[in-house]
Amino acid sequence: MSQISAEHVEKLRQQLKSIQEPKGYFFNKDSQYVYDLLEGLLQNRQRYGYACCPCRLAANDRETDKDIICPCVYREADVAQYGTCYCGLYVSREFNEGKIPVQTVPERRGD
Amino acid sequence: MPPVKIYTLSTCGHCKNAKRFLDDNDVRYDCVDVDLLQGEEREKVIDEVKQINSRLSFPTIVIGDTIIVGFKEDQISEALGL
Repeated sequence: MSQISAEHVEKLRQQLKSIQEPKGYFFNKDSQYVYDLLEGLLQNRQRYGYACCPCRLAANDRETDKDIICPCVYREADVAQYGTCYCGLYVSREFNEGKIPVQTVPERRGD
Repeated sequence: MPPVKIYTLSTCGHCKNAKRFLDDNDVRYDCVDVDLLQGEEREKVIDEVKQINSRLSFPTIVIGDTIIVGFKEDQISEALGL
């Protein structure tokens, strides 16, 4: 697996930021944490051919994993309830303002 | 100190934070990046995790007889007796 470059991660960050923020989804203010997750997404895209959630075990089958291709189908409910998505990449404005307590988001998949 | 084993994914931020917490507290532990396993070994470890965490979510942390799913610092500290 070829090394993911910092430029590659930064390009993805800017791309996603411009798409997701208007929808109300902000990157976690912990920029190193975000960098590591974006790197994970790029690694997964390289490994599996799709950007599987970095915090879920991929089945290496797009159809099986279509619900956890980032942004996952669970993001909306998780951000609404916890202020953050399952892996912590996308958060609400209030979460980044410290208005929401940080807690572990339980896995919805399979509910 | 009870034996500690942590099942992780190499790309997962919560897993990295959990390992960093254990390192910062000088806790020795076994770690398995499940996403980096292949073939039979992968299937064996997945079964292992499903036995204790049917959702197969990560990190799954085993501290003695205590199983903690997710990076829950307070529960980890308590189970370690920190």
